[in-house]
Amino acid sequence: MAGGKEIRTKIASIKNTQKITSAMQLVAAAKMRRAQDRMAATRPYAEKMRQVIGHLDQAHPEYRHSFMKEREVKRIGYIIVSSDRGLCGGLNNNLFRMLAKEIRAHRERGIEVEFCTIGKKALGFFRRFGGNVRAQITQLGDNPHIENLIGTVKVMLDAYEAGEIDRIFVVYNRFLNTMTQTPMIEQLVPITSQGEDELKHHWDYIYEPDSKEVLDNLLSRYLEALVYQAVVENGASEQSARMVAMKAATENAGSLIDELQLVYNKARQAAITQEISEIVGGAAAV
Amino acid sequence: MAMTVHVDIVSAEGEIFSGLVEMIYAHGVMGELGIAPRHTPLVTQLKPGEIRVDKGGGEMQHFYVSGGILEVQPHVVTVLADTAVRARDLDEAAAQEAKRRAEEALAGQQADFEYAKAAAELAEAVAQLRAIERLRKTKQT
Repeated sequence: MAGGKEIRTKIASIKNTQKITSAMQLVAAAKMRRAQDRMAATRPYAEKMRQVIGHLDQAHPEYRHSFMKEREVKRIGYIIVSSDRGLCGGLNNNLFRMLAKEIRAHRERGIEVEFCTIGKKALGFFRRFGGNVRAQITQLGDNPHIENLIGTVKVMLDAYEAGEIDRIFVVYNRFLNTMTQTPMIEQLVPITSQGEDELKHHWDYIYEPDSKEVLDNLLSRYLEALVYQAVVENGASEQSARMVAMKAATENAGSLIDELQLVYNKARQAAITQEISEIVGGAAAV
Repeated sequence: MAMTVHVDIVSAEGEIFSGLVEMIYAHGVMGELGIAPRHTPLVTQLKPGEIRVDKGGGEMQHFYVSGGILEVQPHVVTVLADTAVRARDLDEAAAQEAKRRAEEALAGQQADFEYAKAAAELAEAVAQLRAIERLRKTKQT
């Protein structure tokens, strides 16, 4: 029964793998719920900021910050948000593939690109892809903090203000629901027109110290908040993608075990039949 | 019934406070502020410090913010609080740090790079093997 034993060890090893994948599925499910809560918690801040900026923009049309001015595009900067860990299906790869396609199109038109990566997977990919990685951060963990992002975002914003890049995009996976996450490439700077449908107010603020400084301050915070939102949303996407991937893996392991069990039973039965016929044959010979 | 105004205190990482208050006190860059209902519209930067809200009947609630922006609209007061201590040179240091990390990751750690390359090649080889296996199976049947 040599075949039987081999199959038995194989079944045992698949069972162990199944235990791991189902545990990972449960962990991802719990983390996903928390990540979703965090996603909901970050929304009011960015929304309030958008309102204030929209208002300032309307109240002071004569002052345009460089973050609000369009200019000719020669170099593009991408802030790429990815996960630190794998085993989450095609989440990161889908995102990178979509971005790579767009970058190729840009390069054909003679537009250069620069990167700023968040997460290990993006760093690994874009290091091989070619292009200048200006800044990077990894190991944000399950509970990212905005202060860890400030430096990384500032590198890109400084480059924009210095005229080294003419447009900044943020690339991440948008969380639609547990089953679907869509890769997104969103323009961060220059800030696209917003709040057009907003009611025209007939009052203006008192500014302390003055409107220009307040607006500058608000803008950089607003952009950081947008990147932070992308990071949080990508985190939720990662967990749900992992949950789905691990669920599929657990199910596959289950069906593999069933198949192997069938093969094992057949082999066992054949061995017993053979043994009996050998005994009977032996008895008849005596 | 005393007059109240709606106050939202939010940070990038979540909502901190939301509710009706009689008065809110904060440290602005130009000095200490006390804002009562029907205050004129105002936007100001905040210094790191305490924000107090008077929920009526002398019931005070305290929050610490490390800076941010306070906005007063006719019917609502919003505090956009920073969670991190911000200063120009601190931000600059963080930016330098992010740059350095990128350079380090690109220049050094050749071993890690080799590993990524090897992993990619391995995945390709496995895919080829699987394809061959599948071909064999279809031939047999």
